[in-house]
Amino acid sequence: MRLEIVTPERTVYEKEEVQMIITHAAKGDIGILPNHAPLISPLDPTIVRVKLNDQLEEKIFVSGGFLEVRPDQVTILAEAAELPSEIDVERAKAAKERAEKRLKNKEKIDAVRAELALKRAMNRLKVTEI
Amino acid sequence: MANSMRDIKRRIRSFEKTKQITKAMEMVAASYLRRAQERAQAARPYADKLREVILHIADGTSDITHPMLEKREVNRTGYLVITSDRGLAGGYNSNLLRMLEKTLEERHASKEEYVIFVIGRKGVEYLTRRNYPVIDQMVGLSDRPVFADIKPIARKAVNYYAEEKFDELYLVYNKFINPIIQRPTAQRLLPLEPEKMDASSTQDHRMIEFEPSEKEVLAQILPRYAETLIFSAFLDAKASEFAAKMTAMGNATENANELIEKLRLQFNRARQAAITQEIAEVVGGANAI
Repeated sequence: MRLEIVTPERTVYEKEEVQMIITHAAKGDIGILPNHAPLISPLDPTIVRVKLNDQLEEKIFVSGGFLEVRPDQVTILAEAAELPSEIDVERAKAAKERAEKRLKNKEKIDAVRAELALKRAMNRLKVTEI
Repeated sequence: MANSMRDIKRRIRSFEKTKQITKAMEMVAASYLRRAQERAQAARPYADKLREVILHIADGTSDITHPMLEKREVNRTGYLVITSDRGLAGGYNSNLLRMLEKTLEERHASKEEYVIFVIGRKGVEYLTRRNYPVIDQMVGLSDRPVFADIKPIARKAVNYYAEEKFDELYLVYNKFINPIIQRPTAQRLLPLEPEKMDASSTQDHRMIEFEPSEKEVLAQILPRYAETLIFSAFLDAKASEFAAKMTAMGNATENANELIEKLRLQFNRARQAAITQEIAEVVGGANAI
């Protein structure tokens, strides 16, 4: 099964032989094996886990977008996607604090936006942890 | 005579220096152009993929409706104009703005009928000075823009359409044809025309599951697609900017060469005239004795 992660700027990730893809879609966690039924779903900021073989697993941060599944090919269209090595941890931490502060003093803010920002920051941090 | 010779020499030197600068700018623009073209290329798969998904949905169901796909009566038009921050790019900005003004004049009776979003300092200066209804602007963007840079203004433009603050949205920018030709274009972005997007629509009509629902996916994907198209247009405009800059600076270098050559000739003539005169004076002096 082929996996492609594409952002408006570039193709971030491309692998021909992937065993399994695990992520969080609109209706909850989803594991995709080869020959999965065709599916299209929006994604929130989340982590995509890619099993290359029995031992090797890679994690990629995706800042929301779409998941398109076809039997032999999975495409993730994301506004931004980063491998753990590309993430700026300090920046993510700062973003997390900012978003938390905004959510705390609730006035005059776009709560949905702040929550999304928090989700992005937390997932960025999580993907770097392991 | 000696005076004017020195003058000419000074002018030659000054042109030489200008030439060095324009030459350097030309080469910088050329290398940025290559990079800008690569970026425009790299952005294509994303937009293509999104379009593919929209077409899947459009194909699978006939009764899809979404405000972004439907023409409505136009009371007001939005224009998103992409200019550059810096000048020295030949007719890059002026051609585009002239085209914009002409379009506005032809299409609209009064300034009530449209609003303008501007990217780029040149456009902002020009349009605000002439009291055009500029409702949002963005300047100081990087030469290597990322999607996040463009997102705020793109999202705003798309949201205004969704909120029916205007009923159609045009993108006005210099389309990159090749490094020599950049064409100012006004292209309608919203409402989107799915029938125009086709080409690959016959691919596969297998059943696709949509989570949570087709409608929901469509509602999320269409604004993203519109934003992506704005981003692509911006990348295209960037490539055009560098191409225009490269051409303009190339011309400037050539002109400098021409001028230098002319001045050299003048200088040599003046030198010869001075020598001739000196000899004439010496001969005249000798004869007198």
